[in-house]
Amino acid sequence: MFEKALKGNNYYWMWLAFLGFFIAVAVVAYLRQYFVGLTITGMSRDVSWGLYISQFTFLVGVAAGGVMLVLPYYIHNFKAFGRITILGEFLAISALIMCLMFIMADLGQPLRGLNVVLFPSPGSMLFWDMIVLWGYLILNILCGWVVLTSERNQIAPPKWIYFFIYLSIPFAFSIHTVTAMLYCGLPGRHFWLTAITVPRFLASAFAAGPALIVIMALILKRVANFDAGKEAIDKIVTIIIYAAIANVFFLAMEFFVGFYSNIPGHMHTIEYLFFGLEHHGNVYNNLVPFMWAFIALFFVGLALLSNPGTRRGNDLWLGLGCASIFTAFWLDKGLGFVLGGFVPSPLEEITEYYPTLNEIFITIGIWATGFFILTILYKIAIGVEHEVEA
Amino acid sequence: MDIKRRNFLKVAGITTLAGLGGTAVVGRLVASSGLAQAAGGQGAAQAGQANLNGNQTNPGVKRYGMIINLKSFRDDPTLGEKIVEACHSYNNVPDVPNPKDEIKWIWMTRYENAFHENYHLYRDEATEKQELPVLCNHCDKPPCVRVCPTKATFRNRDGVVVMDYHRCIGCRFCMAACPYGMRSFNYIEPAPYISNLNQNKPRRMRGVVEKCNFCVGRIEVGQLPACVEACGESKALVFGDLNDPDSEIRKLLRENHTILRNPSLGTLPSVFYIV
Repeated sequence: MFEKALKGNNYYWMWLAFLGFFIAVAVVAYLRQYFVGLTITGMSRDVSWGLYISQFTFLVGVAAGGVMLVLPYYIHNFKAFGRITILGEFLAISALIMCLMFIMADLGQPLRGLNVVLFPSPGSMLFWDMIVLWGYLILNILCGWVVLTSERNQIAPPKWIYFFIYLSIPFAFSIHTVTAMLYCGLPGRHFWLTAITVPRFLASAFAAGPALIVIMALILKRVANFDAGKEAIDKIVTIIIYAAIANVFFLAMEFFVGFYSNIPGHMHTIEYLFFGLEHHGNVYNNLVPFMWAFIALFFVGLALLSNPGTRRGNDLWLGLGCASIFTAFWLDKGLGFVLGGFVPSPLEEITEYYPTLNEIFITIGIWATGFFILTILYKIAIGVEHEVEA
Repeated sequence: MDIKRRNFLKVAGITTLAGLGGTAVVGRLVASSGLAQAAGGQGAAQAGQANLNGNQTNPGVKRYGMIINLKSFRDDPTLGEKIVEACHSYNNVPDVPNPKDEIKWIWMTRYENAFHENYHLYRDEATEKQELPVLCNHCDKPPCVRVCPTKATFRNRDGVVVMDYHRCIGCRFCMAACPYGMRSFNYIEPAPYISNLNQNKPRRMRGVVEKCNFCVGRIEVGQLPACVEACGESKALVFGDLNDPDSEIRKLLRENHTILRNPSLGTLPSVFYIV
């Protein structure tokens, strides 16, 4: 089916070339990092994880978000998602590949990456994360490919594939659960050390992932003559609204616990993220604008998606609403959650993190790679759809 | 973590691999901590103490620890610099100028930083000015060891938490997990920042984590860690076996009120402070 990715109009090739440019820049930037070391990133002794791990964390959520289509379609037989489920599965594939690339970019000794397999350590959540991420990636490739092939041949998918489709549902939940466990099981990091980290991750994932799928569906409608169907889009938007509200509700509970209990450790990171943290006469607040942008975009997105006029009347407003929610939760989880957790340091000192240009180029390049893969996968999926219709 | 427990974890890991799933992980964690408690609690009379202080009742096994007497550091303000210098030159710890990329095994910090949980508004002048050394606590239940995905950091049978620099993949999970901030990462190639290379000790490569290892090479041949030796007769730092009731360190622990960093986290540090 790959041949479908090799035929496209000028816009298709221009878009791939555009992404290819950023990939090329990132390759050069990564080679530089590989030969010089992580010193050319903004990461430090105190903030030892930066953009790479925060993007990884966010993208695991995007990958898991696809299950919000798979689950209603296969478990509840919600037929309207029939055309669009493949978009969720292919989004998961490209998001997971980005995740794995971000992990590799972050390693100090990338050539030793296989040590995680050679010396399996079931006590480490990173070991389990590797298992579920690879498992979910393979399941999505398998299910997506088999279902698409059957569709092309206009036969029902083979019975055995349903076992793997049903298996992929708990796997979707597990990838984000285990990713949250990377953080919430660490003693002494108050902001992360809370059981609500896991449900909060899932809620934000089930909003951000489907939001991106809606944006993709709207773009495909314009550029590829692929209509996901009004009912499907409308149902996804409902899912996004509830999941987004749940995420912000959980965050509000964090505020309550921190400020009502008045325990300094529980308040420090929230103060740092939202108001700026005063320490020895200096105020540290480099993430404050991002966090308020997150709150503002959440409300903008919520308004656009909840108001029937903007939600159903106009694709542009609908797309902007989804983009607002996606960006908001990227700021929340792809920036604030990971970076904020390191402030203050265990020795009550404050180091702020500023990514370097090299690091930003690598980050953009990995995103571009993900969208490159996504474009090709969607091209194949839609090529098959058109072939069947013709 | 003793050998039995490590083997148990291996077996448990393989069996849970078959189970694959959240509940299996939880089951394993519960099972392994239950086993650890059973092992620590031999001798019912001392069971309670054993839970607080690890394998205290296990006479054949060593557990190295250290006592830091803050009074000595008040009496001799130059002492701090001496121990840091002794450690860093013996262990080939690079002196990286950029604080972002800094490598530290032992260093002097303020009371409010090391013991921020015990810090209050009406502290005395001595405490206010106090500078004290911090180093890896060689916890009995080290979170850094638990999170390491390659077992590159592990707890020796003598209680020393050590690193295998050739296995470390540089994921820095241990740095996020250490609640004391005692781990450093070689962001930059360390070789140019080591002024006098100690030929008897290896230096590290870029891209791995490192930290204090109680001078594991020295204690194996019966010497004291470099920082302890640098204190001379001052007894500012006392090193010894916490499992030996007749050791000097246990005698000092019996005679003095000592405090630990962040005891509420249950990591059971092996480094004690006499204020």
